[in-house]
Amino acid sequence: MILARIVGTVVATRKDPRLVSNKLLVARPMDPHGKSEGNYLVAVDTVDAGVGETVLIVSGSSARMASGMKDCPVDAAVVGIVDTVEVAAGD
Amino acid sequence: MQLAKVIGDVVVTRKDDSLTGIKLMVVQPIAADGSNAGRTLVAVDAVGAGVGETVFFVRGKEASFPFYPTEVPADAGIVGIVDHYDLEEFTN
Repeated sequence: MILARIVGTVVATRKDPRLVSNKLLVARPMDPHGKSEGNYLVAVDTVDAGVGETVLIVSGSSARMASGMKDCPVDAAVVGIVDTVEVAAGD
Repeated sequence: MQLAKVIGDVVVTRKDDSLTGIKLMVVQPIAADGSNAGRTLVAVDAVGAGVGETVFFVRGKEASFPFYPTEVPADAGIVGIVDHYDLEEFTN
């Protein structure tokens, strides 16, 4: 899983029927220190995350194991809202 | 599987129900010489690893297999703590 910050939302009217009523968020991956890295991605929200929050995103086929995502065409899902990240000194 | 060093942990209160009770660790993949190799990621912990330990982890859906039959939404999971490893160094 990766840490990311939610930076926006996506509105899509025409989409796969299995995505109906799922919230889509734009996320920017970040390192444990909060520095942004990598490309933006669109993730389906399963935990009511909002813009500005730090979240945990699961990618690939595992995203379908998030609650309510069975058999849905998704490859990234927000599965947690991060309270704190603690990193050992020097790492 | 890939070698990594556990460098931290993540506290997540609001999360997918299947993740309840599972420890989430920040891991840094490492090369054979112990140097950092690639981006840090968050992995579920199936073996009770702690910060500072060298571990190996799996990527992909297999990360959830240690928690079977619960379907944990995880794409990286620590499955072993490394005691030591030996390498035969090749030189040209």
